Amino acid sequence: MDIFLQQLINGLVLGSVYALVALGYTMVYGILELINFAHGEVTMIGAMVALSVIGALVGHVALPGVVIVAMGVLVAVPVCMLLGFTIERVAYRPLRHAPRLAPLITAIGVSILLQNLAMIIWGREYVKFPPILSSATHQVAGATISDLQIFILVLSLLIMAGLVALVQKTKLGRAMRATAQAPQVAALMGVNVNSVISLTFIIGSAIAAIAGVMVAAYYGLAHYYMGFMLGLKAFTAAVLGGIGNLAGAMLGGLLLGVIESLGAGYIGDITGGFMGSNYQDVFAFFVLILVLVLRPSGLLGEQVGERA
Amino acid sequence: MLLGVLLAALPFLVDAGLGRTWVRILDFTLLYMMLALGLNIVVGYAGLLDLGYIAFYAVGAYLYALLASPQFGLHLPFWLLLPLGALVAGLFGMLLGAPTLRLRGDYLAIVTLGFGEIVRIFMNNLNAPVNITNGPQGISLIDPISIAGVSLGQTHTFAGIEFSSAHSYYYLFLALTLLVMFVSMRLQDSRIGRAWAAIREDETAAEAMGINTRNVKLLAFAMGASFGGVSGGLFAGFQGFISPESFNLLESIMILCMIVLGGMGNIAGVLLGAFLLTVLPEALRSIGDFQRWYFNRIIVDPADLRMLLFGLALVLMMLFRPQGMIPSAQRRREFKHDDAPQEPAPLYDQQK
Repeated sequence: MDIFLQQLINGLVLGSVYALVALGYTMVYGILELINFAHGEVTMIGAMVALSVIGALVGHVALPGVVIVAMGVLVAVPVCMLLGFTIERVAYRPLRHAPRLAPLITAIGVSILLQNLAMIIWGREYVKFPPILSSATHQVAGATISDLQIFILVLSLLIMAGLVALVQKTKLGRAMRATAQAPQVAALMGVNVNSVISLTFIIGSAIAAIAGVMVAAYYGLAHYYMGFMLGLKAFTAAVLGGIGNLAGAMLGGLLLGVIESLGAGYIGDITGGFMGSNYQDVFAFFVLILVLVLRPSGLLGEQVGERA
Repeated sequence: MLLGVLLAALPFLVDAGLGRTWVRILDFTLLYMMLALGLNIVVGYAGLLDLGYIAFYAVGAYLYALLASPQFGLHLPFWLLLPLGALVAGLFGMLLGAPTLRLRGDYLAIVTLGFGEIVRIFMNNLNAPVNITNGPQGISLIDPISIAGVSLGQTHTFAGIEFSSAHSYYYLFLALTLLVMFVSMRLQDSRIGRAWAAIREDETAAEAMGINTRNVKLLAFAMGASFGGVSGGLFAGFQGFISPESFNLLESIMILCMIVLGGMGNIAGVLLGAFLLTVLPEALRSIGDFQRWYFNRIIVDPADLRMLLFGLALVLMMLFRPQGMIPSAQRRREFKHDDAPQEPAPLYDQQK
């Protein structure tokens, strides 16, 4: 039971990060029907930029660890916003009328470009996250939860709530929903569709930057290749919940985190030691394939008829 | 005729001009051409976007490696292993195809991507508790391909001309590439080829026209996969060593890029794409020399820079020529149509 609870907590923390990244995928897909393959790389750049700032500050200024990390995030977020904006402007906007494969290929191209750029700037080695955050832990019903885990979970939930409020309550949110539903009609109603799309990328990238820092803090390191798997899993989460649906992305992210965590924890027992926790990454893909085969619209997605 | 002489003399010209390494690169170019032609059946003909194609290449390669290496002490001949590789890879293709028949477009792309990763992760981890694939270390000492007792792994002298291993493989790969090309060409205008085109353009209409879309789609997956399986077997024999690292997602993407850059559905375009994307990254290695010449020192490690330039090239190519270098006649018409001035331009095209 302790192990179950422990894995559940770990899964929820990991899942909340997946959910944050998944939001970026789902917002873009909802509006453009485009898989923004480069989104995982934006997350990675966010983590790397923040780590550079943190690395430069640690040991030179006498500030508490939380403040230093916050300063790193404050630099990483605008950098990623600019990056997201540029990616959309340069790689996707000119191809809106091209066949669907074309933007997919540019997305892959941007992804390769960013990965290798990061490799040139930050090197091939793992970049360490300095141990400046509180590592205190608490015992809850036999399971251990750290300050960092609580912090990640709470901050993720706050960001998600903020995003939902933005989309549901503000004028910009209404414009976004209108654009997702019917871009031409939205344009006729006076919505500046292009700037709505730009803003969608900017918001998604800002959230991705924060998620990137969370992952780096949680695992204690960052790597130029980290965005790939993270992006893939976040996309899986978005599909699991029903792509294009904000609540779906959050649910999908949390669920995927829990499935992965429990799966990795129990697979050894289930298969009699034949498969170990090194199969953790397989779960995401099995879940993805199962969902797409059994319920292609995702858990919370609307059932849409097949389009000819 | 002239082309035939050129193709036959190519390895010797390249060997004399650029060195032995480039003959090997030439061999790889032919391997990638076979792979690209195989994927072209799935993506170009039938319009099913497959991002996990490398899995079939991996299946073929591992099958060859397991049955012709000291791993299990088996040393089966290649003429048995290649058809077997095609068959097993074809079965894997059906395995992937069957549950994904209802999916379209992007969703299919993601499922195939997941499938490719699953295959790779299994190959990486199937070394415990029973050692099958030897895990991340991969399988080495794979038997070279040998035809009628003549091993292609060694240098032979024939009629006074010295054939190195790279040269011999070149001729084998060339023959098989031509075969695959011939099959592709014949398939395109066959009954099945026309059925694939119909599904690609409009699946619902194709079904209404009496095409058994399920079987025809499965056939596309199986055919494309079996081409991949054969190439994989050849790769294992040629390289003598395989590991899961050779079969990552980037490879799948690379092959997809070959056919998209070259011109989807067009055999000449696909071949050109495969050629450029194999030779270009190799040629980009010379950036180091350029830096030394221009700046008198190495500023950026060329190995890092070449993938960056590759990504950039992909983006630029898509922005300025999304139809590929040599598009098929039909796609060329579609693009011309798209270029016509559209007054009330839709935000994005509906799913094709």
